[in-house]
Amino acid sequence: MSADVTTALKEKFPQVTDRPSADHPAVNVPLDDVVAVLRYLRDEQAFDLLMDLTAVDWSEGATPRFTVVYHLLSTTRPGTYVRVAANCAGTEAEPVAPSVVSVWPAADWHERECFDMFGIKFQGHPDLRRILMWDGYPYHPLRKEFPLAGIETDLPVADIAEETGTRVIAAPMAGGPFVASPGEMNLTDAEPRAKDESWSDRGARPDQTALRQVKD
Amino acid sequence: MVTPSQELGYNSKVEGGVIVSRADAAINWIRTNSMWPMPMGLACCAIELMAVGGARFDIARFGAEVMRFSPRQSDCMIVAGTVTYKMAPQVRRIYDQMAAPKWVIAMGACASSGGMYRSYATLQGVDRIVPVDVYVSGCPPRPEALLDALMKLQAKVRREPATSRLLSA
Repeated sequence: MSADVTTALKEKFPQVTDRPSADHPAVNVPLDDVVAVLRYLRDEQAFDLLMDLTAVDWSEGATPRFTVVYHLLSTTRPGTYVRVAANCAGTEAEPVAPSVVSVWPAADWHERECFDMFGIKFQGHPDLRRILMWDGYPYHPLRKEFPLAGIETDLPVADIAEETGTRVIAAPMAGGPFVASPGEMNLTDAEPRAKDESWSDRGARPDQTALRQVKD
Repeated sequence: MVTPSQELGYNSKVEGGVIVSRADAAINWIRTNSMWPMPMGLACCAIELMAVGGARFDIARFGAEVMRFSPRQSDCMIVAGTVTYKMAPQVRRIYDQMAAPKWVIAMGACASSGGMYRSYATLQGVDRIVPVDVYVSGCPPRPEALLDALMKLQAKVRREPATSRLLSA
């Protein structure tokens, strides 16, 4: 049944190509046709549920840089699931993709999240604001150039920032959360955050070799 | 002729019905036993906070069962959960709106230090924006741990001069 979907789709839209996938069928669609393809899948193939809408960052300088991925499920044909991918247009700083809020209202918050995390401008979105980070946050955290620890910036509200003297700080993870050093008897020294707290905080960064490394 | 006032002078009839104490002790006694919390429930610690309010653990035994969702009526902010940078100004604003004297309990690892969230989005400890009186370890802490924190806070309040907090920010 799954093969029927891609076969029918490719008959209707010859520009659609197969996309490697380990489980469910997936297709690549040119960006200009993505709304028509999704509308066809919803109306003719009964994909009535948009499970997820996300994006892939192929790393800095890559062409294409961003790909938007739509996960579709049919509730009337159980187990029928398909992914549709489309490469974004626009520049690296401002990639663009068409909004599909008109096809599935569920896309609204997904597109806002995608814009928040990747900076993809969904054209035609009724209210494209950030949804997780605050308005005015200068970065898009899930982009590849954004460091895992974050970038130092100001708190969202100026007077609170001034009164408390607090900033949004970089918080390096020293090998990741829950990676404690084995063999350390003192748990305060063993836990990851003990290794680099000195320079993630207000203090200056010590010599890199002074940081305790996770033992093998 | 001047008649001495029987009411104002020593009256043997009320002997035994009067307790003499220091104002500090009396005021702190009142404060410690009616410490109304501002439940700043931001994540899973709030579930444990609710358990503390329930019948099994019963924070009412310590006079702190009146969860006030208005900062104007609360004495002790219990920050229960992960404080994101987006939420941090609101937490501080609510703290500012609380009438002095006021106290803060940082409940759980996230509120105390950012916990496991070493990330661009999470405030690395609520003590960066509000003064914290008691830190509670745990992820989340057991209800007994929060009760212990409340008792520790009560002990701390008993020690301090009653007027020391009136002008605190």
